[in-house]
Amino acid sequence: MQSQSLIGGFSDAPKDSAIAFRVALDVMARPGKIAKISGGTPPEPMSTSAGTLLLTLCDPETPVWLAPSLRGAQIKEWLRFHTGAPLVDSRSEAMFAVGRWSELLPVTDFAIGTPEYPDRSATLIVEVEALENAGAILHGPGIKDTSELALPEVKAFRNNATLFPLGLDFYFTSGSRIAALPRTTKLEG
Amino acid sequence: MNTEYNFAYLDEQTKRMIRRALLKGVAIPGYQVPFASREMPMPYGWGTGGVQVSAACLVPDDTLKVIDQGADDTTNAVSIRKFFEKTAGVEVTEETAEATVIQTRHRIPERDLTENQILVYQVPIPEPLRFLEPRETETRKMHALEEYGLMHVKLYEDIARHGHIATSYAYPVKIEGRYVMDPSPIPKFDNPKMEMAALQLFGAGREQRIYAVPPYTKVVSLDFEDHPFERGGAQQACGLCDAQDAYLDEVIMDDAGTRMFVCSDTDFCRERREAGHIGEMGMPITEDAA
Repeated sequence: MQSQSLIGGFSDAPKDSAIAFRVALDVMARPGKIAKISGGTPPEPMSTSAGTLLLTLCDPETPVWLAPSLRGAQIKEWLRFHTGAPLVDSRSEAMFAVGRWSELLPVTDFAIGTPEYPDRSATLIVEVEALENAGAILHGPGIKDTSELALPEVKAFRNNATLFPLGLDFYFTSGSRIAALPRTTKLEG
Repeated sequence: MNTEYNFAYLDEQTKRMIRRALLKGVAIPGYQVPFASREMPMPYGWGTGGVQVSAACLVPDDTLKVIDQGADDTTNAVSIRKFFEKTAGVEVTEETAEATVIQTRHRIPERDLTENQILVYQVPIPEPLRFLEPRETETRKMHALEEYGLMHVKLYEDIARHGHIATSYAYPVKIEGRYVMDPSPIPKFDNPKMEMAALQLFGAGREQRIYAVPPYTKVVSLDFEDHPFERGGAQQACGLCDAQDAYLDEVIMDDAGTRMFVCSDTDFCRERREAGHIGEMGMPITEDAA
């Protein structure tokens, strides 16, 4: 193991993860809201926000699927060392998946839960170039009237919303910024 | 803060498990997410679910308020506040406006909550259909199939027997047109307040369920066209602060049957009295009172 993998975790795990989780909870509860999240320093090219989210939510109970661009030995070792999460090749087994949008397609491969247990669905962490409040118009739970978020495409998210209460939940990460799109959000435009 | 405890008492693995359940709960409003509830240093029924949810949410610079039936000064509320003061080192307050996280048993504060606040409910029985259908396998299927006829039959039987819907607390609600949810035993007076700016999280420790209602989510109290939902509430004003539209507790004053009605939300009542509102049985707040 390269010693590089040993660094880049939370410096004070209980507090850092608590602060990071509150951001993750806040953006999931308010789709379209963009917030800052930090604490973890994953190896390149994974973003700070995606890395911090994985440190906050993953452990030996959560199979993680990494996209090809993030499958470097350094990232794998870093994730294994800091979270103990099993890395899986099969997309349908993953509880969390990280990668660029083009790599995550087709998202229909990921688990969407069952009618009895819709919570047994994957959370996708989409690495994007930039996050901005412009583009698709969102409405639904967590949004007062409407909000706006730039999305890599609209159709896949619209299809996902029609599966409700089944479906996938998404985080969008860029640098140290994060936004979320749960399955409940309806899209226009 | 006692440094012999991990931050907010629970170990990190447990908090991660609860946090994942919370996120799925937020993504599926009203759906009860199973979670591996831990034993807490308090008995079931004292808010072990709410405490675990709060522990998973708290950050070091939070200000915590805990209420029990609206009051900040009951044993349950005081104990939980002290628990987090000791294990998480967070600030505590009795003022609703000051709090960032509010853990509650059976009430929603009278003051409107803001976007920067989280309301954590302690829930005894999370399954609204449980008293109609005891089998978990069945109620789970009923939720999956959106089969809520039984609940309407129950409300109808109320009308047949009493002439009106007699359910006055834990009044079932439908969240965003999909899941029927138990709002915990809050009075039905509080139901309309559930469409709020704050995030609402629900924890049931013994029953091992977590669920959530995101801000601005549609919360509809179940009813019938010819028997619409009625909020109910006080017929009189608060004896101490003269509030006309607050939820009131009845207090027996003596053996002769003298009664008074006071706000169940103690902070709301105090704030009003400090602002100079005086009820029929109240007196002005002075420095040396208390």
